[in-house]
Amino acid sequence: MIGTRILPATVVGLILLFLAFPILVVIVVSFSSATYLTFPPPAFGLKWYDAYFSSADWLRPTWLSLWVAGAVVVMATLLGTLAALGIARLPRAARVVAAGLVLSPLIVPGIVVAIGIYYAFARYGLVGSPVGLIIAHTCLAVPFVVTSVSASLAGIDPRLEQAALSLGATPRGTFFQVTLPLIRPGVLVGALFAFITSFDELIVALFISGSGAVTLPRRMWDDLRFQIDPTIAAVSTLTIVLTVALMWGAHLLRKRAERQVTKEA
Amino acid sequence: MTPYLLAAPLIAFMIAFYVLPVVAMLMRSVSDPSWTLQHYAALPDDVVFLKTFANTFYTSLIVTLASLLLGYPVALALVRAPRWALVILVLIMLPFWTSVLVRSYAWMVLLGRHGLFNEALIAAGMIDRPLRILNTPLATQIAMSHILLPYMILPIANALRQIDPSLLRAASGLGSPPWRTFLQVTLPLSMPGVAAGVLLVFVLALGFYITPAMVGGPREITISMLIAQRVDQLDWAYAATLSAVLLATALAIIGAFYRLPGVGNAFRMNAR
Repeated sequence: MIGTRILPATVVGLILLFLAFPILVVIVVSFSSATYLTFPPPAFGLKWYDAYFSSADWLRPTWLSLWVAGAVVVMATLLGTLAALGIARLPRAARVVAAGLVLSPLIVPGIVVAIGIYYAFARYGLVGSPVGLIIAHTCLAVPFVVTSVSASLAGIDPRLEQAALSLGATPRGTFFQVTLPLIRPGVLVGALFAFITSFDELIVALFISGSGAVTLPRRMWDDLRFQIDPTIAAVSTLTIVLTVALMWGAHLLRKRAERQVTKEA
Repeated sequence: MTPYLLAAPLIAFMIAFYVLPVVAMLMRSVSDPSWTLQHYAALPDDVVFLKTFANTFYTSLIVTLASLLLGYPVALALVRAPRWALVILVLIMLPFWTSVLVRSYAWMVLLGRHGLFNEALIAAGMIDRPLRILNTPLATQIAMSHILLPYMILPIANALRQIDPSLLRAASGLGSPPWRTFLQVTLPLSMPGVAAGVLLVFVLALGFYITPAMVGGPREITISMLIAQRVDQLDWAYAATLSAVLLATALAIIGAFYRLPGVGNAFRMNAR
């Protein structure tokens, strides 16, 4: 009996190790005191974080990535939330077409999107500019906002909106006082996803960031062509902490929203 | 009228900055130098294309199989061991939420000449000289399986969660040993999740670019890498032709299996 439990548990444990170990190694290496990549590190220190925070070559792309992602959050959340509200009420045929278009960046291979955007943006003069990145990343981030807001909308009891309207609320008032508060968690989750999508995006950035708008992933990519020194491990660890914190926040928001829905039902 | 007005800004934005750019680029495959199908007609005799296409398919196949073999037990543990569910979920999501670039870098650290893997084998006395793993197809297969594994685990776990536990109790109550209950009840009922995971992983693997470019071999390139190379050489007609083939392949595979139970949902919910 014990044997039939320990064997599967060991197998699952090893697979989970395979999943988590590479990430943990990067985090450990980032605290190494060695001047080259070695594991386990001979001693620990903050040398590589120091190297990162004192280098304008690293900080400039970091700030660019942060503010591009911030702008993408504003654009994608606004456009995506409005569209999700509209798409939910479209007749079926129109809804399928609109949803298909909006969600297609999830399926179209990244390289196809990237070179298409590069091809056109070169003509619009949008290569090497943060504006081009913001526009392109908004297209890639919007599917996450639309799916997240649509899921929230689908969970709303239609009687709540009907009740507000029948009690004399204007459609406008109903939207701001009933619908919007109910979909807020979905909007926030979508916004977090939009931020991370832009912040981590590399393929489009490889083609359109040129030399004028180098993002953090692009800077890491360029660096990796020549060396794999532990500065990248430090940068990676910082981005892991940032994205995991944001995703965990999104996860908690979604859980809370689900619990609210089940309580109401 | 309002629903259309609400959706219109986003639709217009995406048509202007995403659909038209991609379509304009793809048009180069039939309009360069004038209207022609010669670029497609040349593909069946194009050795580079055939080798690259075969390699991309082969890599995707290996990665899908590896993800299925590694993912199914984890999905089962996630659903059947509630006490460990949170720990398992965190261990799945930690890499899932980390960017593809960072995960590929992690495999460079692990598999390099002086990487952890080689150092450990040498320290254990199992090899004398470091093995060449980084920049080989094996490295691509390992790293891609690692990156795509969560896409396999999550849909399978979803399907497993929907199995009525009374069916399992009935099977064991009627004297079925655990392995038989698994083969005859659990496995068939989890097939929608397996189908969704397999399709998702395979289609995503077909389009991989960053990981094979970072850890893969210089000769065993993927379609995406070949496209990027041709764009660098400003050979837009060829890059557009390959893009059309890659896109059509992905859409054809999804279209063929979209109606299977569970598959449509997986594509809708799936993210990074």
